[in-house]
Amino acid sequence: MSNTTRRGLLKGGVAMTAGLAAGKANAEGPDPLITELQDWASYTGAGVDETPYGMPISYESHVVRRNVEWLTASPISSINFTPIHALDGTITPQGCAFERHHSGAIELRKEDYRLMINGLVDRPLVFTYEDIERFPRENHVYFCECAANTGMEWAGSQLNGVQFTHGMIHNMEYTGVPLRTLLQEAGADLSADKWVYVEGADASSNGRSIPMAKALDDVIVAFKANGEALRMEHGYPVRLVVPGWEGNMWVKWLRRIEVVDRAVESREETSKYTDVYEDGTARKWTWVMDAKSVITSPSPQMPITHGAGPLVISGLAWSGHGKITRVDVSKDGGITWETARLGRQGDKKALTRFYLDTQWDGKPMLLQARAMDETGYVQPTKEQLRDERGENAVYHNNCIQTWYVSAEGIAENVEVS
Amino acid sequence: MLGVAYGVATNQWTGQKLDVMERQVEQAAAIASEAEAKAQTEAARVAEIEAKAAEIQEQARLALATASGGAVSEPAPAMSAGYGLGRAAHPEEIAAWDVDVLPDGRGLPEGSGNAFDGEEIFAEKCGSCHGDFAEGVDNWPVLAGGFDTLADEDPVKTVGSYWPYLSTAYDYIYRSMPFGEAGTLTPDETYAIVAYILYSNDLIDDEFELTHENLAEFNMYNAEGFVVDDRDALEYSQWRREPCMENCKDEVQVTMRSVFLVETPPEGGSNSVMNHARDQALPSFTADGPSFIPAAAAQPEQEASAEPEAQVADAGADLLKDGQKAFKKCQACHKIGDGAKNGTGPHLNALFGRTIGGVDGFKYSNAFKSAAEEGRVWDDESLAAFLTKPKDYIKGTKMAFGGFKKDEEIAAVIAYLREAGQ
Repeated sequence: MSNTTRRGLLKGGVAMTAGLAAGKANAEGPDPLITELQDWASYTGAGVDETPYGMPISYESHVVRRNVEWLTASPISSINFTPIHALDGTITPQGCAFERHHSGAIELRKEDYRLMINGLVDRPLVFTYEDIERFPRENHVYFCECAANTGMEWAGSQLNGVQFTHGMIHNMEYTGVPLRTLLQEAGADLSADKWVYVEGADASSNGRSIPMAKALDDVIVAFKANGEALRMEHGYPVRLVVPGWEGNMWVKWLRRIEVVDRAVESREETSKYTDVYEDGTARKWTWVMDAKSVITSPSPQMPITHGAGPLVISGLAWSGHGKITRVDVSKDGGITWETARLGRQGDKKALTRFYLDTQWDGKPMLLQARAMDETGYVQPTKEQLRDERGENAVYHNNCIQTWYVSAEGIAENVEVS
Repeated sequence: MLGVAYGVATNQWTGQKLDVMERQVEQAAAIASEAEAKAQTEAARVAEIEAKAAEIQEQARLALATASGGAVSEPAPAMSAGYGLGRAAHPEEIAAWDVDVLPDGRGLPEGSGNAFDGEEIFAEKCGSCHGDFAEGVDNWPVLAGGFDTLADEDPVKTVGSYWPYLSTAYDYIYRSMPFGEAGTLTPDETYAIVAYILYSNDLIDDEFELTHENLAEFNMYNAEGFVVDDRDALEYSQWRREPCMENCKDEVQVTMRSVFLVETPPEGGSNSVMNHARDQALPSFTADGPSFIPAAAAQPEQEASAEPEAQVADAGADLLKDGQKAFKKCQACHKIGDGAKNGTGPHLNALFGRTIGGVDGFKYSNAFKSAAEEGRVWDDESLAAFLTKPKDYIKGTKMAFGGFKKDEEIAAVIAYLREAGQ
């Protein structure tokens, strides 16, 4: 057993014991936290302006993005993971929303920002950042999921934490201009057989081709997220938002929009983000992220520390095809299912929070969640996906996830029959 | 919307010019009528759900009514005449930024290059990551070889074996490479690098002159290897149906556990007990619940004494005990001892002196097959190297385990393998 594992064990043991002890102490006698005068109830606290831009309190410093070093060759062309195990509701704070860069995150000032529209347009145009803010804008909440989210789990349960198995996702409220507005401004050929090729200002440029129908539907040229400017790592000052479609198409530091008469077949849409099947053929243009859900608590990073009794099972569900209409939860590995409560009826192509408020009998569980969307699509099992696609597809793994929860409340990533 | 997108993709779309707003209205109407039809057929189910959570759903519907279907604001007004914002792009600006290349070769600048010249440029500008022979260094992409591996368990996707268009290689290299110096290559250098990559894939000889005139005509090995997204026909058709709610299976068993891999970063959060490797068996589940309840985890201090000590010989008992403990990371897949059979991994009896990849009846990866062909043999040295970094020692192994972190563990597990596998 490695030191790492031993540390995990010790830490876990301590956490569990402390949780139980605290509960007992409360029950046995008056709680000194209540009966004794506490410092914070007597002394004064921090003044205004102590932190002009506030960060989470130090006690929450573990709620951060994390990287899996062995996944990629360099952090400059890599990905990290949103701590979805520790979040609730649906909106992802920008500061802990996952990052994926192909040539690193760049610092691009608004003053230096230019956006070009060219190709099959009447008027090739260049916009400044200020120009973008003068078009009528809209606000929408959308999830952004990397096509590779859960990709490491194709061949078997591998990473022991929901942050790592499902954390290539975030959900923000975007403010921006519909792409169709800019296309119309340039007098673009809007025929359905045309494509919109988009690329970024960073060294990778990360070009992708989007069919015109999608470009005219709900794509946004966004400059704000959750009410404030985009973060550098998410494409400041301007990124593309392509609702329901794989995150790689959400080009950051958007610098050019070209109307073309066919897909460019760029590196990111041929050699990457294509799915190889068992017979060696590959699917391309697999843009939509199918319906998916996962239980975020309990999960390996969120053990049950309170013992038997009332338990909130909580998780997230989403679909690139529209709204989540229902989420079912199983405690026995898929033999019996109960319909969970949706925290709020979700928006189209946005995260939906679900809860199953239950009584835990203290016995081991095999927890699963299963999402349904407004098209009637039911999230498949890993077995169903493998039967269709084999184990080499890498991308678009939206299988039902299983957590084994022991009698002590410790959760583990497992695969079941 | 999706139907439209797929229509474009499969060329079923008629290509007529559309009025944007009218199309959106049509789509909205289509979605509405679809939803209505679905609501009727599933009325019973809806009633059931609503009975369960009537109050909550009522609240949700009220919230929905004020949320206007996902848009936090009303749609932006359309203005066909335009806003007169932005300025005309200069031809020099378009030339500077519009450098993408289409599969038919449109966008290629004039120029040429061959693999003979490309070899030197590649070594200087690309080799540190991709290797002098385009074989890839560490986790950086392999650019050559991998032909006929796409149907294997671990396909090797290179420019030669996988990329459908050569235009993509030119486009990407010219625009986005070298890593850390993007946009500095001349067209002639780019043609030469692309030619060298083709040469590394044995697709051309080193005198072949690649130019803007012949690049798009180059027929790539995997040009016909792609199908346009057909999930609609193959998957949605079978997965859009009412799911099972009760007695969906007789029994459920755990078939794989991630804790044996110890590949997850350890710092997961304040309460985290990730990588908490427990070797005890897990229960199976039926509609009556778990088949048994495993005993609570032993305290770390007590854990060593609680270990079963059978089969551990006298000499070097501590080492063997450590080895047996370390072997827990392996035992989910590998069996050892009397009557051990192949599982997810081959059995490990009589391992020392055995040909690498040499157990009869086990389906090895190609990497192991070629090791067997070379006649390589397991001994202390090869095992230690393999167990340090399996994926480095046998490139392409299917074994998911990432390697032991400490030399002491490796020494112990080797001692255990020798003893237990006799």
